Amino acid sequence: MNDARTVYLDHAATTPMTDVAVEAMTAHLREVGNASSLHASGRRARRVIEESRETVAQALGCRPGEVVFTSGGTEADNLAVKGLFWSRRDGDPRRTRVLSTAVEHHAVLDPLEWLAEHEGAEVEMLPVDHDGRLRVDALRAAVERDPASVALITVMWANNEVGTLQPIDEVVAIAAEHGIPVHTDAVQAVGATPVDFAASGVDALSLSGHKVGGPQGVGALVVRREVELTPQLHGGGQERDVRSGTLDVPAIAGFAAAVELAVKQQADHAARLAGLRDELVAAVRRAVPDAVLNGDPVDRLPGNVHLSFPGCEGDSLLMLLDARGIECSTGSACSAGVPQPSHVLLGMGRSSDEARSSLRFSLGHTSTAADVAAVAEAIGPCVERARAAHV
Amino acid sequence: MKVVAAMSGGVDSAVAAARAAEAGHEVTGIHLALSRNPKSYRSGARGCCTIEDANDARRAADVIGIPFYVWDLSDRFHTDVVEDFMDTYAAGQTPNPCLRCNEKIKFAAVLDKALALGFDAVATGHYATVRTSSSGAIELHRAIDAAKDQSYVLGVLDEQQLRHSLFPLGDTPKPQVRAEAAARGLLVADKPDSHDICFVADGDNAGWLREKLGDRAPNQGGEIRDDATGEVLGEHEGTFAFTIGQRKGLRLGRPAPDGRPRYVLDIEPVSGTVTVGPRERLAVDQVSGDRVRWCGAPLAAGTVLAGDGVSVQLRAHGAEHRAVVRVGDDALVVDLLDPADGIAPGQAVVVYDGTRVVGSATITATHRVEAAG
Repeated sequence: MNDARTVYLDHAATTPMTDVAVEAMTAHLREVGNASSLHASGRRARRVIEESRETVAQALGCRPGEVVFTSGGTEADNLAVKGLFWSRRDGDPRRTRVLSTAVEHHAVLDPLEWLAEHEGAEVEMLPVDHDGRLRVDALRAAVERDPASVALITVMWANNEVGTLQPIDEVVAIAAEHGIPVHTDAVQAVGATPVDFAASGVDALSLSGHKVGGPQGVGALVVRREVELTPQLHGGGQERDVRSGTLDVPAIAGFAAAVELAVKQQADHAARLAGLRDELVAAVRRAVPDAVLNGDPVDRLPGNVHLSFPGCEGDSLLMLLDARGIECSTGSACSAGVPQPSHVLLGMGRSSDEARSSLRFSLGHTSTAADVAAVAEAIGPCVERARAAHV
Repeated sequence: MKVVAAMSGGVDSAVAAARAAEAGHEVTGIHLALSRNPKSYRSGARGCCTIEDANDARRAADVIGIPFYVWDLSDRFHTDVVEDFMDTYAAGQTPNPCLRCNEKIKFAAVLDKALALGFDAVATGHYATVRTSSSGAIELHRAIDAAKDQSYVLGVLDEQQLRHSLFPLGDTPKPQVRAEAAARGLLVADKPDSHDICFVADGDNAGWLREKLGDRAPNQGGEIRDDATGEVLGEHEGTFAFTIGQRKGLRLGRPAPDGRPRYVLDIEPVSGTVTVGPRERLAVDQVSGDRVRWCGAPLAAGTVLAGDGVSVQLRAHGAEHRAVVRVGDDALVVDLLDPADGIAPGQAVVVYDGTRVVGSATITATHRVEAAG
């Protein structure tokens, strides 16, 4: 981590690696071996990969053969969205519609936009309510308008910005009536809320290593064996022929160890974080009574605190907090340098000014009551100052 | 002091930030996002509105070891600088957007925000010097490096703005700044200087204006007439594409009877007429301006500035002209002791006393030297 004074409250962007993950990863950094090689070194590498696959499968309630290792959440999302779209359309050219929500991560939104522009996909962004939760009635109506034309439905498990949990079981129930595959981006959900692949009924699920205490640059798409995906990366055919590229043995070992621990500790972890989260919200509201909590107040990620501060720019607030060693986010960290109002907040019906006045504090496994106390102390003066600077 | 260093991604602002930090100030690097739709990569020699420039600024801040943020000022920039640029050209005048940006953005919107956020000053890589006189007055002076001096585009800063401005490069020649950047490990050390207008990516002013002005253009074309004979010498595609003193791009059908080059003498946006003539007709012996700004204590109406040190500069990197300056009510009338060529309304007249910048005005009118005999 950073120095001791840093109050790191941006775990939704990335969270520190857990000790077990560091140990599992570093144990393999000096070993030679390509998991595709036939000799002893290759077999040793292959064994690490397959054991890691089994570990991930065990933790997520899927079969080992359903785990496709990727370079992270973004690649998993791209593979699912484009791979499903193409294979489904190949199966029946009428299947050109993709149903999704207005609050997805850019790793889903941008592939969808690309498919619409280049592949003639008809992408329908279904509305969400004021808390960011999918309007299931709208999904049902969209499906029933012409079920045979739907290539896939993709709905995130939990929103990365405002923390709202989506009604995945209801999505799956509607899709199942018509045999439509469902993908879910569960990058923020794994380790924070119970995620069981088989029980959920989804066909494909994305997760990322560095959001669960594993290394950056590795993740997985869990995808049912029966589901056909059109490959995105062509080459050696390493992962089920849908994802080529030499497998990153140390990263995958670290990833698997992190997933295993995160899932094992999920219930205790969530209870502890929810306690800190509620304390943090209460403390901020004491200091800034007109602060508004965004997202579903109950059905939300345990570590997510997303607040709007009327009359403030989130960017100013972030900078002032950063100067005091408190690290948080104005939303998704992916907008290339130039601050844009969050599409999630806009999708939830907020104005551009409201969207720009927001901050996300996200708690994780290293968060403590001292972190919450630091925010409680700093937020009042920082908001006052940021309001003065907002003209 | 707590200082905001405006970092464009170029070498000057990077060294300025480094020097401010080294001087013991608590420096925060800020890159101003001025374009609503930043391009990913520079297409020409440069722009200051690309993501690549923001990345260069961020890397410089990393090397210096200061925090870095992007401030989105694209709306303010569009209203105060880009719209002003278009309106001025549409009115047949020639704007200076850098000067407007200093007046309205860097030392106004940015400075105000910085002060409200608890900072004390804004540092930039401009080549100019701020000094405090023995009487405690704040003064803006030319930089040591005459070739790089940018006091002209800062001639719009008032006393309050100057009190909160740091120009750490004013005492250093440019080659030395580049050498220092290299020595400090700043990768922008060899980046080319900026010359073009940052928001006109390919440098094609006329094309940019034609596209952006659209229906707001005062005309889509008109006649090019000879100043002496009134004869129509050619056609053009919009007066906004011209600047007083311009010679290139007139595309006159045939050479003038005397075979000498023709220059733009006058632009009339309502009739769409561009008047051209020989070079000597460009000579001007008086300019008037409004929108007066004083870089220090304001001078009262009726004041006359004259004498050895008094001079004016009429365009960026232009020559100094000895002058007598009469102060009016938000107006200046400047008699030039030696005539100047190609002076365009819309540009600034900046008044100097020796190396000190006294103030400035936006040129509204010029008086042409009467043709001798």
